[in-house]
Amino acid sequence: MTHMDISRRDLFTVGGKLLLLASVGATLEQITGSETAPDAYKMADHWWGMIIDVDKCIGCGNCVRACSNENAVPKGYFRTWVERYQVEEGKENPRVDSPNGAIDGFPPNTDEHLKSFFIPKLCNHCADSPCVQVCPVGATFVSPDGVVMVDDTYCLGCRYCVQACPYGCRYLHPEKNTVDKCTLCYHRITKGLTTACCENCPTGARKLVDFKDPKDPVHEFLRQNKVQVLKPQMATKAKVYYKDLDGSVR
Amino acid sequence: MIPGVDGFMYPNEVELQWSILIVLYPYITGLVAGAFILASLERVFKVEAVKPTYRLALLTALAFLLVAPLPLQLHLGHPERSMEMYLTPHSSSAMAMFGFVYLWYLTVVLLLEVWLEFRADIVRFSQTTTGLTKVVYRALTLGSQNISPAARIIDDKVGYAVTVIGIPSAFLLHGYVGFIFGSVKANPWWSTPLMPIVFLFSAMVSGIAAVMLLYIVAMKVKKRVIDMRCVDTIAKYLFYTFVIDFTLEMLDLIHRTYEADESFRSLDFMVHTRLMVSQIILQICLGTLVPLALLAANQLWRFREAARRAMYTVACSLTLMGIFAMRWNVVIGGQLFSKSFLGYTSYKMDLVTREGLFSAIGLMLLPFAIFFVLIKFLPPWPERETT
Repeated sequence: MTHMDISRRDLFTVGGKLLLLASVGATLEQITGSETAPDAYKMADHWWGMIIDVDKCIGCGNCVRACSNENAVPKGYFRTWVERYQVEEGKENPRVDSPNGAIDGFPPNTDEHLKSFFIPKLCNHCADSPCVQVCPVGATFVSPDGVVMVDDTYCLGCRYCVQACPYGCRYLHPEKNTVDKCTLCYHRITKGLTTACCENCPTGARKLVDFKDPKDPVHEFLRQNKVQVLKPQMATKAKVYYKDLDGSVR
Repeated sequence: MIPGVDGFMYPNEVELQWSILIVLYPYITGLVAGAFILASLERVFKVEAVKPTYRLALLTALAFLLVAPLPLQLHLGHPERSMEMYLTPHSSSAMAMFGFVYLWYLTVVLLLEVWLEFRADIVRFSQTTTGLTKVVYRALTLGSQNISPAARIIDDKVGYAVTVIGIPSAFLLHGYVGFIFGSVKANPWWSTPLMPIVFLFSAMVSGIAAVMLLYIVAMKVKKRVIDMRCVDTIAKYLFYTFVIDFTLEMLDLIHRTYEADESFRSLDFMVHTRLMVSQIILQICLGTLVPLALLAANQLWRFREAARRAMYTVACSLTLMGIFAMRWNVVIGGQLFSKSFLGYTSYKMDLVTREGLFSAIGLMLLPFAIFFVLIKFLPPWPERETT
């Protein structure tokens, strides 16, 4: 056995070379990727919307609460809400209520004999959005995957879009002083999740759909059912479809 | 039950978004457009009788135009971002064009015409005054001291050309304001192609009435003779314009009533309840029918001078109130009903907030303060002719 003298200088030289080698190795691993990365989200591959089965909605308000919590919606304002319709035969107008957006559900039905049903509402993410058209600076826009959103770092707070929305889906955020609305939980859907409202619906009355996905059940749904959008006379190309929507719904 | 709400409103609709400041916006721009069109009667259409009000009309238009963007600015959630409308305007937005229409009208039309009209006076004052006043007048000459007859002829020709451009610009300014409302298809109270033209004629009515009233008051204050030929002529034009304006508004009403679309019952109910005072009483009865009757009486019969002056003063004051009520009914009325047509909300005006009553009063007084400064610096009437 030979005796080796290792000077301090040798130690630094060898140690330095080893460190360099380790760094290069680590960098190469990062570049080539030892794990397969998840599929990156491509906006052009999606065209989002929602389908709502009116008969399945029980008016529990879970969706409103989930939306409110998920998106920190200010109290008294609503990105989604539920309306209860009570239609009396022969009467011109239905009775409609939505106590506090139905965040706590509804009180019991006052008249069992009336035709009664619940209508969940949210931004219709219209392809021809009047709100997008009127925004003076383009702070409201439709994303390439079909979601209408507001850039709150750019919005002036003029509220022309609030006036232009036929469905009452927009409001001025009381703290930010910019317009706020449903984003279709964009932070979730771009990660492969569904929206907070759909995830928390106990009956599956509302479902997020991707019209560009050939495997999405929406295609079968639209083939099999009679569907309608809200206020079709507004010609906004709304992308929230309601199954068996009653004519009294506004 | 939500206080102030009857029936059903979509939950986000309960709160009104456009306040009294947005009522002031079309009111003030209307006064500008109307005052300018009155000024153009003398300049372009050679109606010599209204000459005594020509300069007054120009200064009135300028005073109100300088204030016109302030209600919008105060109303914005982020006023500090308003320049974005100039820097990155959204081409499909009617509102985005406001800045450009405004700047065009202010700089190319009004400031230029006022300067050309008062240039000779400015040069004269720059030579006869002293101290700071002299410095201001010298700055206002923009370096040109030439007021020779030949130079004045050029001023006159350029001024004429500017007025010719100014008339369609004034139409554009206020017709455009009407389009901002008339193009909102979601709101049946606003959505009508008649809106720009109704706004335009009501603007002319309010502007003419404002200048006429200012002229009568100014002459009283300065103890000068009121030129009755001038006032009678303006009253005649006010009457004609008012008849067209009222006809258009009635056409709109008849059309809505006859067509009776899905929104009709809801809007009709609103007019008979929440807008009863502001629309039926203030706008139509006191603000339109009474002044129209007073003006019509003067076309049919010849009253004594004092009686005519009193009738014109009352007619103009009521007209200005009526047009304000009209702007109120459009802006506030258009937000009182639900787009579901199933309910109504109410407008609770704040007092001392940014969009409150005091801000509105301040904004309405500001043009008069500016007007006072303007007539001090640029006297619109000759030095003689005192009673």
